[in-house]
Amino acid sequence: MNIATVGFSYMRARPLATLLNVLLLALGVGTIVLLLLTTHQLEERMQRDARGIDLAVGAKGSPMQIILSAIYHIDVPTGNISWKEAQEISRHRMVKKAIPLALGDSYRGYRIVGTTPDYVAHYGAKIAAGRMWQAPMEAVLGAEVAARTGFGVGAEFHGVHGLGDSGGHAHEDHPYRVVGVLERSGSVLDRLVLTSYQSVWVVHAEHHDIKDVTNIEQQLGDDEKEFTALLLQYSSPLAVAILPRYINNNTGMQAASPAYETARLFSLIGVGVDVLRAFALVLILSAGLSVFIALYNALNERRYDLAVMRTLGASPRRLLLLLLFEGLLLAAAGAALGLVLGHAMAEVLGHVLKAAQQIEITGFAWVMEELWVVALALATGILAALLPAWRAYRTDIAGTLARG
Amino acid sequence: MFELQGVSHAYDEAEVLHVDAWQAAQGEHWLLLGPSGSGKTTLLHALAGILRPAAGTVTVAGQDLGALGAQLLDRFRGQHIGIVLQRLHLIPSLDVAHNLMLAQYLAGLPQDRQRVDEVLAGLDLADKGSAKPHELSFGQAQRVAIARAVVNRPQLLLADEPTSNLDDARCLQALELLQAQATACNATLLIATHDQRIKSRVAQHYDLGARA
Repeated sequence: MNIATVGFSYMRARPLATLLNVLLLALGVGTIVLLLLTTHQLEERMQRDARGIDLAVGAKGSPMQIILSAIYHIDVPTGNISWKEAQEISRHRMVKKAIPLALGDSYRGYRIVGTTPDYVAHYGAKIAAGRMWQAPMEAVLGAEVAARTGFGVGAEFHGVHGLGDSGGHAHEDHPYRVVGVLERSGSVLDRLVLTSYQSVWVVHAEHHDIKDVTNIEQQLGDDEKEFTALLLQYSSPLAVAILPRYINNNTGMQAASPAYETARLFSLIGVGVDVLRAFALVLILSAGLSVFIALYNALNERRYDLAVMRTLGASPRRLLLLLLFEGLLLAAAGAALGLVLGHAMAEVLGHVLKAAQQIEITGFAWVMEELWVVALALATGILAALLPAWRAYRTDIAGTLARG
Repeated sequence: MFELQGVSHAYDEAEVLHVDAWQAAQGEHWLLLGPSGSGKTTLLHALAGILRPAAGTVTVAGQDLGALGAQLLDRFRGQHIGIVLQRLHLIPSLDVAHNLMLAQYLAGLPQDRQRVDEVLAGLDLADKGSAKPHELSFGQAQRVAIARAVVNRPQLLLADEPTSNLDDARCLQALELLQAQATACNATLLIATHDQRIKSRVAQHYDLGARA
């Protein structure tokens, strides 16, 4: 028997009001937790995909579009760049590493990326089955693609022009043959079909009637060879100031900084997140108000109880603590339920997005900021109980008992 | 046991209570008589330390209540004084046994379930320990209120109009219960009442109306 027992007994005596208060708070806390989890994981994921890439270079157009198409593979490219210009930039003294990308086709919505083995090495992905590609028209599948298509080593398929399930015509003449499958790396590679850039040249050299795909480089003129984008790593910090301007002013290409463009992207998404966050705060605020009203109303019903407790020897301070405890109890229950709710919603959302081949989100991860949300909820509970607790503290025993 | 000296109290400058001198010895049973508005409840509250009178000294069990600070007075009341209120006021969300344990807890005494069961058994409530107050008849609830007042073995037992809503038979029963419980812990019993039926049952009277 102590203050907690008494507090609990009053909560149980008013189950509906208690449930309403706990639910309101849980919804607010859950919404904020869901936002924290999704934005955190989204940012982490996007930062991981862009890590180590200082500059993406594509055809003249929107830098944002270049980043979205060349790094995250969720948009169409701005166009193609000339092989010769790409070679020149790759050999620039401020470029440490240059990874070429040749895009254009997809299979069942998964993008086919013509590149070099450097691209796979950049993300630290390992072969789970089979081997890396060596000759043109050999393909290595990302883990997600392999799981979805059911393809293993030896499978053959035709690329489709464009990005998307039904878009464009199939390239019937030159089928791809799967020679390897990658381990899941948690990066963008999971959702890609990888091959050599020569494969993409073969498929798109339609008026050449290629018979021997192995020496495709000799069969095309230098002006006919094209990439879609280059991913660059600088050799010196100075390059930040020099290289993008050099590319934009002296070549037919466009430079895009992943760091800058993703920051811009997040500030755009941020508006929506802020609106949702404000909505969640309103929920928490109304929960606080509801707790306040419930305790304040209950105080009227309980004024004799409080007076009787004083006659039994309770000090005013103990009544104050009793009311504060009840506020805290409601808040703690709401916060706990809210945490569970937020993580459950994140997990459900993760499953929905997974089905749509989007970014992976899990509910089984923690973010430090969640502690702040819990602290906010508990503070709300105490704050809501403050005035009722003060009134309990000031209970006039003799006056109350004389009236009843 | 308790002693009042020159005690008076006023609300809005209208005097509602005046006692020149009155004392009672340990174990005595007293009736506090007087018509409505004669200050019975105010006097009871002054004796219980619920209300500090405007003038005079109230001494209970050798302790001058006016000399105690707020917190010590609360503690003193919890440990030495038992009160049976007219409307009983059991805590509705707690069961009967916990209503009694609450009295032990709030008085700062050890929580003794055995003592609780013993008091309940003494008032024929042995099987009601886990009942909620709203499941009790009025008679049972009154016995629980008496049990709660005596569970800490008070030296002074106060009762405010304990018989006013009862028929003749139950009226005598309630009085006898109070007297028996007071005698059991050798407490001084003071019953504030305007109920003429119990006048002859208690030897010592203090009539506020007669002295006003």
